Amino acid sequence: MTAPQEENFMRKIQAEEKIEPKDWMPEAYRKNLIRQISQHAHSEVIGMQPEGNWITRAPSLRRKVVLLSKVQDEAGHGLYLYSACETLGISRSEMIEQLQSGVAKYSSIFNYPTLTWADVGAIGWLVDGAAIVNQVSLQRTSYGPYSRGMIRICKEESFHQRQGYEAILELAKGSPGQKEMAQDALNRFYWPALMMFGPHDSESAHSQKSMEWKIKRETNDDLRQKFVDQTVKQIEVLGLEHPDKAIKWNEERGHYDSSDLNWDEFWSVINGNGHCNRQRIEHHVAAHEEGEWVRDAITAYNDKKRAKKAQNAA
Amino acid sequence: MTNITEKLELFEVFVRSKRGLDHKHIGSLHAEDHEQALEYARDCYTRRTEGVSIWVVKSDDICASQEDDAECFYDPSDDKPYRHATYYVLPDPVNNM
Repeated sequence: MTAPQEENFMRKIQAEEKIEPKDWMPEAYRKNLIRQISQHAHSEVIGMQPEGNWITRAPSLRRKVVLLSKVQDEAGHGLYLYSACETLGISRSEMIEQLQSGVAKYSSIFNYPTLTWADVGAIGWLVDGAAIVNQVSLQRTSYGPYSRGMIRICKEESFHQRQGYEAILELAKGSPGQKEMAQDALNRFYWPALMMFGPHDSESAHSQKSMEWKIKRETNDDLRQKFVDQTVKQIEVLGLEHPDKAIKWNEERGHYDSSDLNWDEFWSVINGNGHCNRQRIEHHVAAHEEGEWVRDAITAYNDKKRAKKAQNAA
Repeated sequence: MTNITEKLELFEVFVRSKRGLDHKHIGSLHAEDHEQALEYARDCYTRRTEGVSIWVVKSDDICASQEDDAECFYDPSDDKPYRHATYYVLPDPVNNM
């Protein structure tokens, strides 16, 4: 027998009403959301590293300011998402602790290194592009604060993808060496970008429940298909070769057929054995520890201000 | 691990996107006091001219009704349909009134 509260909860979900922080919700719904939103927040924050790597080396002042603004946006997106997650009763420090100890995951894409300048363009175009497909769908997620966060993020994200594509376009239309660099970045980032949508629906541990609760609105495979379809034309316009030799329009399905992914690689990177997993977390810990003096200074300043206020009031 | 957010208070942020419109809840943040909350809100939530005015309110200071108690809390007098415009059927030529 279902409790009346649970019935009421499911009624709201089915009626496309949002669930808000103070509403009753099943413990598993809360847990599932905390896992997904915190993972999303961590991805925004860890995602600053591969691109941050190139801020000082971007090829022009224009590219530098663009990249700097993009990375700054990612920090903002992390903050929106941490705030949304905190409404579920988990503290910021618990989330950071879970990230640094490996309990919480972040998107496996950020464990790939950015070897050349073209990689930065590929990330904006493909990685942010894939993230947008996912996030557009999540604007309709059933949890109110998450949905509102997604709407804000989507508004800002489009610039990220366009600046990336523009950077790649310039390389693709440049010297043979530049074009080769663009092709190489595409070849390396295309597959991991497809993996961002997660395992096949049949292999996804959280998918079914998440769909039922409308935390997720479209399945991993459907979202991945959308991305595959939209990317074909974009590669064509660049004049680059499609990394998937099996890509073929399927009239009957109305979609492109494509090769299956290297799932061994996917699981290996998720489980900590990507090129940069250890480096990313070590850097996060170091940055946090090296920032201790800033937090101390803020606390000291705030104490001083409070004391002054108390003195003036007396 | 010391975490500064736990020593700070939680604020709710409301932004007026342009003059003549209402302030709208846009998110929350941790800050030491109102002044700092305003500065953080500006840095975080208005990076692209999203607003012309910001309100910050301590989350603890908000007194909220419980949505689940809606039925007994509200009394919209639904048994008095004559309080709605649609109750009155007027001749077609003047029905746009």
